[in-house]
Amino acid sequence: MTLITRRGALAAGALAGIAPLARPALGQARYPNRPVQVIVPWGAGGGTDATARIVAALLEREMGQPFNVVNRTGGSGVVGHTAIAQATPDGYTIGMITVEICMMHWQGLTQLTRNSFTPLALMNEDPPGVQVNANSPHRDIRSLADAIRASPAGRLRASGTGQGGIWHLALAGWLGAMGLPADHVRWVPSNGAAPAMQELAAGGVDIVTCSVPEARAMIEAGRARSLAIMAPQRNPQFPNVPTLKEGLGVDFSVGAWRGMAGPLNMPTEIAQALTAALQRVWNGQEFRDFMNARGFGLVWGNAAEFAAHMERADGTLGAAMRAAGIVRS
Amino acid sequence: MNTLLEAFSMIATTEVAVAILASAVYGMVIGALPGLTATMATALLVPITFYLSPIAAIATIITASAMAIFSGDIPGALMRIPGTPASAAYTDEAYALTRKGQAEVALGAALWFSALGGIFGAVALMILAPALAEMALSFSTYEYFWLFFLGLMCATLVARSSPIKAIAAALLGLLITCIGIQNPGGVPRFTFGFTDLLGGIEVLPALVGVFAVSEIMRALTSAPPPPIPNRRLGSILSGQWALTRRYKKQMWRGNVVGVLVGALPGAGADMAAWIAYANSRRFSKEPEKFGTGHPEGLVESGSANNAALAGGWVPATLFGIPGDTITAIAIGVLYMKGLNPGPTLFTEKASSMYALYMVFIIANILMIPLGIVMIRTSRHVLRAPRAAAMPIILLLCAVGTFAIGNNPFAIVLVAVFGVLGFVMERNGFPVAALVLGIVMGTMVEHNFVTSLIKSDGELLPFFERPVSAVLATMTIAALLWPVFVWLLRRLRQARPA
Repeated sequence: MTLITRRGALAAGALAGIAPLARPALGQARYPNRPVQVIVPWGAGGGTDATARIVAALLEREMGQPFNVVNRTGGSGVVGHTAIAQATPDGYTIGMITVEICMMHWQGLTQLTRNSFTPLALMNEDPPGVQVNANSPHRDIRSLADAIRASPAGRLRASGTGQGGIWHLALAGWLGAMGLPADHVRWVPSNGAAPAMQELAAGGVDIVTCSVPEARAMIEAGRARSLAIMAPQRNPQFPNVPTLKEGLGVDFSVGAWRGMAGPLNMPTEIAQALTAALQRVWNGQEFRDFMNARGFGLVWGNAAEFAAHMERADGTLGAAMRAAGIVRS
Repeated sequence: MNTLLEAFSMIATTEVAVAILASAVYGMVIGALPGLTATMATALLVPITFYLSPIAAIATIITASAMAIFSGDIPGALMRIPGTPASAAYTDEAYALTRKGQAEVALGAALWFSALGGIFGAVALMILAPALAEMALSFSTYEYFWLFFLGLMCATLVARSSPIKAIAAALLGLLITCIGIQNPGGVPRFTFGFTDLLGGIEVLPALVGVFAVSEIMRALTSAPPPPIPNRRLGSILSGQWALTRRYKKQMWRGNVVGVLVGALPGAGADMAAWIAYANSRRFSKEPEKFGTGHPEGLVESGSANNAALAGGWVPATLFGIPGDTITAIAIGVLYMKGLNPGPTLFTEKASSMYALYMVFIIANILMIPLGIVMIRTSRHVLRAPRAAAMPIILLLCAVGTFAIGNNPFAIVLVAVFGVLGFVMERNGFPVAALVLGIVMGTMVEHNFVTSLIKSDGELLPFFERPVSAVLATMTIAALLWPVFVWLLRRLRQARPA
């Protein structure tokens, strides 16, 4: 038997090769010390995806490591949100969570709630607007509200998203705030805002309560008009559109928001470092330019503010869903 | 004139030229690999567009998708595995031509008429965009319902043997679309508590499974077919001019149908291909030849799906409404680059719009030389031993469907549908009809239920609007035609000669 077998030589060579790499594991040397994955529960090219990508690109510049966006679609957002919540809480997997996290558990679709995450920062919120066809006789929100009150239940029709979606709840909540039953205006479900705006232009529905940026192309083409937004203040991108409070005296606001979060029990220093970096991103010119170009609302909240915001949203949306008869538990 | 010159200067830069060339090769290769689709190709381009200038970014998307929609025909013709859903309508026809030893006719027709269709679509886009947009906007849920229902009936026309089995397959496809929460009621159906089933069964994993994986299973369980004689592939384009002269009417019809269907939001290249193929068969003078390797159907539907790509940009650029998944991604990129869809794109940024039209035309012209190279290269695939090729294709199927949503469940779906497709084909049920049912099902149901909601449950409004009345008449006529013919035949037999 030879002393030096081929296998032995190979093993020795391998050991010699990796020996210099043997170092005590330095653990959290400096966060981040390798690429970070950013999970987006929605599809490529959409508003959430676009926002997440620009945030990731700017975070990369801030923190010096690649932040790779990965779309995890499916289950109306459940799959992606689950992926974020179940990732290892070491700071190397975070994600963009959206308002749907406050709605899905009411519908019995998942056990996940806002408390399944470590909130990092609230980055944006888009309030719904109230859009009508350009040929509609209603020139302002008061005229429309009067017409809604005067019409028999179920006569007028509205659209904007699927059944139980955020814009549906916006309508339900607004009607509730006006003292009307949630289905006084019949909801016609659609596959998103764009088809709903097309229905509006084709005369199939009377009102669309999607966000103004989603309706913008139609508004600029002269096919639709935005009468109000359901927000505490006006959107500087659309300065001529009054709030519900200004135009009608009804103080109701709701919004589709997006924020960055990680799985529960992330190490505090890492979460704080991310929040600080996100704040710098939010304040930076590039992010502002991007959001303004698309007309998305710039709203900031740090980790604690984000958590409080989600709690409020959970309550408001839960009430709207109960009124619309969608709650399943 | 000024804007045209400006547009030309925008695309005559190195960055745009390199972008077009690189994405052309990228789209061509991805589309030609079975399992990897045009949608996946576009989705993977999004991170790259980040670093490009606006015109270059959109140019990559336009070029890659145009190339991929054509090159999806290549594996369809050579291996009966369509590369994209748009090629599924005429895969069987193209493959039959290859089996007859006329692969270059099939591929040449696909290439030539795809390029022509794309150019026609781009020209239609330039001249008719506002008019097409008007038409698209006047389509409400009633019109959509009849259109998609009409499309669903194309199922019977893909039957090689029994129309009943084709209808059964289409109905199974409809049943499959019931799974999930994406229905007008927002209620989970057939999900059995699985989160992954909440979003329903997506078309791409089902398509890849039912065509590619079942074909792989078939290949591995049967003896290899006699090798196609390895003669040098003849000139791909030589017979095409003759075909163009012979099937002029079919080509124009395919182009027009393609642009019109593509312009409708929600109806894309795959719908256009199905409708064009069905039209071709219905109006052909030689319908019995369809399915045996007859280029007529290829001419019409090959033109239609590329023309539909251009048509899909009409609602996208004018109103930000996507025509299909590819344009949905493209709209996102348009916004990101500051080219917001809407009238400003045609007024302030008019030169950018003209630049995009030019990119369309360039991409389709570029398709011809690149396509010829691609066809010649992939011809060699047929000579590879099946035992080596099939596992690689299987791997590509898994990777391709996973890559779209990074969802491992998609791979499970591909496997399940592979088995389903295998069993169906064994028993004479055309899988193309199953795919048709899956593609059309959600849209048919959604528009039907939404229309009912709007009309308070009344059925009369389905026939009131002028366009829906026309479409309804066509659909009902198509439904009742066979009964009518049968009655006529009985009456003639009853009368003494």
